Amino acid sequence: MAASILAVDDSASMRQMVSFTLKGAGYDVVEAADGVEALNIAKTRPVNLVITDVNMPNMDGISLIKELRNLPAYKFTPLLMLTTESSAEKKQEGKAAGATGWIVKPFNPEQLLKTVAKVIG
Amino acid sequence: MAQFHQVFFEESFEGLDVMENGLLNMDPGEVDPEEINAIFRAAHSIKGGSGTFGFDNISSFTHVMETLLDEMRDGRRPVTADAVNVLLASVDVLREMLTAAQEGGEPDQERVDEQRQALDRVLAGESGNASPAETVAPEADQPAASVEPVGWRIVFRPHAHLLRTGNDTLRIVRELADLGGTRVDCDISDLPTFAEMEPEDSYLSWQLHLDTPVAREEIDEIFEWVEDDCDFAVIPVMPEGAADGAAAEVATPGAEPANDSSGKPDLKAVDPPPERRCGEDRRKVADRRAGATAKAKGGGGASSIRVDTAKIDSLINMVGELVITQSMLGMLGEDFTLDKLSRLREGLSQLERHTRELQESVMQIRMLPISFTFSRFPRLVHDLSQKLGKKIELKMSGEGTEVDKTVIEKIGDPLVHLVRNSADHGIESPEERVAAGKPETGTIHLSAEHRGGNIVIEIRDDGKGLARDKILEKGIARGLVKEEDNLTDKQIYELIFQPGFSTAEQVSDVSGRGVGMDVVRRNINELGGAIEIDSELGQGTVITIRLPLTLAILDGQSIRIGSETYIVPLVSIIESIQVQESMLRQVAGRGETFRLRDEYLPIVRMHEIFGIADASARRIADGIVVVVEAGGHKCGLFVDDLLGQQQVVIKSLEANYGRVEGLSGATILGDGSVALILDIPGVMRLARQTKTSDDNVVALTA
Repeated sequence: MAASILAVDDSASMRQMVSFTLKGAGYDVVEAADGVEALNIAKTRPVNLVITDVNMPNMDGISLIKELRNLPAYKFTPLLMLTTESSAEKKQEGKAAGATGWIVKPFNPEQLLKTVAKVIG
Repeated sequence: MAQFHQVFFEESFEGLDVMENGLLNMDPGEVDPEEINAIFRAAHSIKGGSGTFGFDNISSFTHVMETLLDEMRDGRRPVTADAVNVLLASVDVLREMLTAAQEGGEPDQERVDEQRQALDRVLAGESGNASPAETVAPEADQPAASVEPVGWRIVFRPHAHLLRTGNDTLRIVRELADLGGTRVDCDISDLPTFAEMEPEDSYLSWQLHLDTPVAREEIDEIFEWVEDDCDFAVIPVMPEGAADGAAAEVATPGAEPANDSSGKPDLKAVDPPPERRCGEDRRKVADRRAGATAKAKGGGGASSIRVDTAKIDSLINMVGELVITQSMLGMLGEDFTLDKLSRLREGLSQLERHTRELQESVMQIRMLPISFTFSRFPRLVHDLSQKLGKKIELKMSGEGTEVDKTVIEKIGDPLVHLVRNSADHGIESPEERVAAGKPETGTIHLSAEHRGGNIVIEIRDDGKGLARDKILEKGIARGLVKEEDNLTDKQIYELIFQPGFSTAEQVSDVSGRGVGMDVVRRNINELGGAIEIDSELGQGTVITIRLPLTLAILDGQSIRIGSETYIVPLVSIIESIQVQESMLRQVAGRGETFRLRDEYLPIVRMHEIFGIADASARRIADGIVVVVEAGGHKCGLFVDDLLGQQQVVIKSLEANYGRVEGLSGATILGDGSVALILDIPGVMRLARQTKTSDDNVVALTA
């Protein structure tokens, strides 16, 4: 079975781009528009990887990572965040919350796939 | 990537609206954290998206805005009126940039640069720290620049919790091996006894030997996510003979891979994080991509519409019903006998109901809340009040009222014009208002509502009202009316819709060049609507716009002239009456008129202006007079007979044939024949022309 990835972003175009790229590479992709939605999905159907934007309404990416990491099913799951530029502060905040790593925006599909392959082969 | 552009533009424009509204709601000095967060998020999304989709100029411009917003959000910078205004202006520039990008063109770079400088000025203001973008560490020189290492020795000791970050030591080791590792040694000295072991902790460390001269960055990239979750050292292996000199150099940039006496390397110190370099690489990649997409794009912006899923569901539902009805009728038809007639009738009425419901649902899809148009007004009024030095509050109601998409697109400009007029000419300066005993702040109330099959949009201000005498004076001066005409107030206000009519004492750059009200009326007439004005001196002005609910379907009254059927829009009909010969009167200069209560209305003999030879009614008592109103004028259309009222689907004459004065379109009747739809203002114009030429004939023969 293909690895499943949960893509979380409040921006529809980014979400579609991420989703389209990953689906094209054969992954099974679920989309969520914010942290609350993502958390609900993650609880009902376990995924192999979560890629989340940081700035989102309702629940931001950092809180989502924190919540997910506290779930037994997500103790070791790679959780990646999408950040802009090299905002070291956000990365540290993310790491402290339990993020595995980050993908720096802007990125192109190849970079995305390469990074994903790094955490789920 | 191009397939995501449309979505990106749509959401970016929505984001701009969010930013604009948020900024307008922001009171200087007082910050609602959620409000500013929403603005920040919108900017952030636009920046991220534009960077990803290759619009780098938009991305870098938004970055400056985002930096400013970020500082405001964190409370590091006070929210000043100045900063808000600069941000608002930046939203405009950003909108232009996005529009240009969408159309495949170039933005006005000068304006962009100017606005960017304005942003930089605010950012450089005394408060607020330096932006994070400027605090990037100075780029470190590459170690061992003189001698390239031939390989690397890597020591990697994960901290106990590393696995719980979702990172996997195995993957890291594998990635390092992929770079060209030849030997991996595992150090198990830290492994506790089985009883003491925490299964989720990491106890192993590794030493890897890379025998290939890969760049240091490639190794750093692998450790990028875990640099705080492990100890690692990357020690260059120098070619024979150069080792001593190079080792000394390596120490300089801060990486000090020294061994301590215990035999375990002390691995704390690590190079400055490599983000900076990665960032640059990515920017280069993005540049290349921008170049590629710039060539690829260029297709015109497809017009799309966002539809509530519920509307689509109801459509599908309806189609389902329709299919069921159709199959029922089909079965009936297969072996039809007369005793099944009642079931056939029932089926047909069901079909009719479903078709109507389906039609209504499809129409619903074109309906959008008028807030799409209204949303620009808070900004407009904000800017106007600043420019004019007036205090104006904009109230809006009925933003949720749904109107046809075409109306949304076309009503914007006329409304802008009207609101501008209200702000400029209607609302007085604060001093004047106080002197007149009114509150200092003037109010413009913009409202929309459904009223009897129409959309009614109202612009109501509590300003000084229309100067009736001044308008009349000017109307007389322009020769539009005569002094002795004895006009009602309403008829006088009507004058301002005449071309080139402006009473503004001082032409301002906001409004008052005398181009406008006639265009406003024409635009609204084109939408099948009407505009009315009411005013009271010193109390304010109300402008009422009436628009049909939808533009594709019209409630019509069928009339007969000879063997032809025409459709008169029901909205323009006041009443239909039979006129006796005795009620007719010839009025000099106005032709044939008839008396309706206390008014004399001109009669338009339709068969004459359309040249219909087989019209049955020639004498006035034989036919019917349909009293219609358009643009504040009334007249009686003389026709043979009234047929039924029905909804008709409007087909464009221009698209299928050509424009014909007096007709607004055509429709297909139940029996398949074509009926033409009358354009009442056009018919009135036609009648006036015919009459003038008649008068000329009379003048010549006399």
